[in-house]
Amino acid sequence: MDDGPRPLWLLAELTYACPLQCPYCSNPVDFAAHGAELSTEDWLRVLREARAMGATQLGFSGGEPLARRDLDTLIAEARKLGYYTNLITSAVGMDAERVARFREIGLDHIQVSFQASDAELNDLIAGTTSFQHKLDMARAVKANGFPMVLCFVLHRDNMDRVDDLLELAKSLNADYVELATTQYYGWAWVNRERLMPTREQLKAAEQATNRFREQRAGDMKIYYVVPDYYETRPKPCMNGWGQMFLTIAPDGTALPCHAARQLPGISFPNVRDASIDDIWHRSDAFNHFRGYDWMKEPCRSCPEKTKDFGGCRCQAYMLTGDPANADPVCDKSPFHERVLAAIDTPDQRLAEVVEKPLVFRNPRNSKALS
Amino acid sequence: MKDPIDRQPVRLAPTYRFQWEEAQQAHVLLYPEGMVKLNGPAGEILKHCDGTRTETQVIEALQQQFPGNDGLADDVRAFLSDARTRGWVC
Repeated sequence: MDDGPRPLWLLAELTYACPLQCPYCSNPVDFAAHGAELSTEDWLRVLREARAMGATQLGFSGGEPLARRDLDTLIAEARKLGYYTNLITSAVGMDAERVARFREIGLDHIQVSFQASDAELNDLIAGTTSFQHKLDMARAVKANGFPMVLCFVLHRDNMDRVDDLLELAKSLNADYVELATTQYYGWAWVNRERLMPTREQLKAAEQATNRFREQRAGDMKIYYVVPDYYETRPKPCMNGWGQMFLTIAPDGTALPCHAARQLPGISFPNVRDASIDDIWHRSDAFNHFRGYDWMKEPCRSCPEKTKDFGGCRCQAYMLTGDPANADPVCDKSPFHERVLAAIDTPDQRLAEVVEKPLVFRNPRNSKALS
Repeated sequence: MKDPIDRQPVRLAPTYRFQWEEAQQAHVLLYPEGMVKLNGPAGEILKHCDGTRTETQVIEALQQQFPGNDGLADDVRAFLSDARTRGWVC
């Protein structure tokens, strides 16, 4: 085995079908225009090939992975191959029997998303009545002995309720809670201004999280994902392009991260046409931003490039128009002002922004935006 | 008198899975969306933490496996104490 990068983390986006319509979904805005889903046989081959290359963590995601009819087959095979299998789900489409069956066939962990700590806001954000069902399923997940992660995406409308979110997680005996401040990709990009919390909200949420961690958390681990727009150095996105992450989209497109398909000038390979080994090691796409040679200034001569790899290519593209630029989250970027401008909505606009309708993630809106 | 820590067998915490990874030539601990790559000694110790041996028995088993290693008992105790703090074993 060589010592080069290997795809340790495989994210299998099984389908873009989803009963929820969350307006911050990270799926591509034009998902409705994408091609047909991979067959079961294709997925089984992907799982085998990636595992042979050293992939260990496997996320079944989507859309809603429960909407794939062959999910049980894929989980069982993945477990046999030695993957640690994570099901990343809204729990809509689950029932107690199915949770028990997942346990039998060797699923390792279930991550359930909640949109809020109360039915009204949860169901409003999700675009579907689902809160009570999520509670029931979270209890079933624990009753079956699974480690459970609860994931809350934070934004303007639920950020003031972090205490309630954490109390909910605690009452459901979550092992881990992820408080993920919205990252502005996919649908969240479309709704950015509307979802963007104020600096006061952020500060209060962070304080509430720390307080809870000290006083109430006990064994429950809390991950608070700091929103990178407020930083002065970019995140080491994906731990570097083509270094450890491999996403396979529902139509078989292989991506170094789930948002990368939007990047111009790169032809992303498809697992229908090439092996995972070929894609990972030899495709132009996976070598495009690998290492440091592609970098421009200020990254090229920056001593911190080995730490953050220039940040996120998608963010550089979305905010500056060129994916080879430094991630403008970095205050060395000449475009850093654009991030600052996005954070602080002027007071006179605030009332208007709050009234803006959210664009919900559904096939109708996707077609309109494609 | 027995050390209270030695009344119970040492076992891996239920949120973790322990396995050999051929591609990495290392034992790893797997947990929701994460992985710890273990060094050689850590892997050997955790192999014995299967819920059938107390800490003392884990040390005895390792002393048989690696005879003549004077500091072994202390190293194992230190590792397991750290592993408990991290929540890997209970």
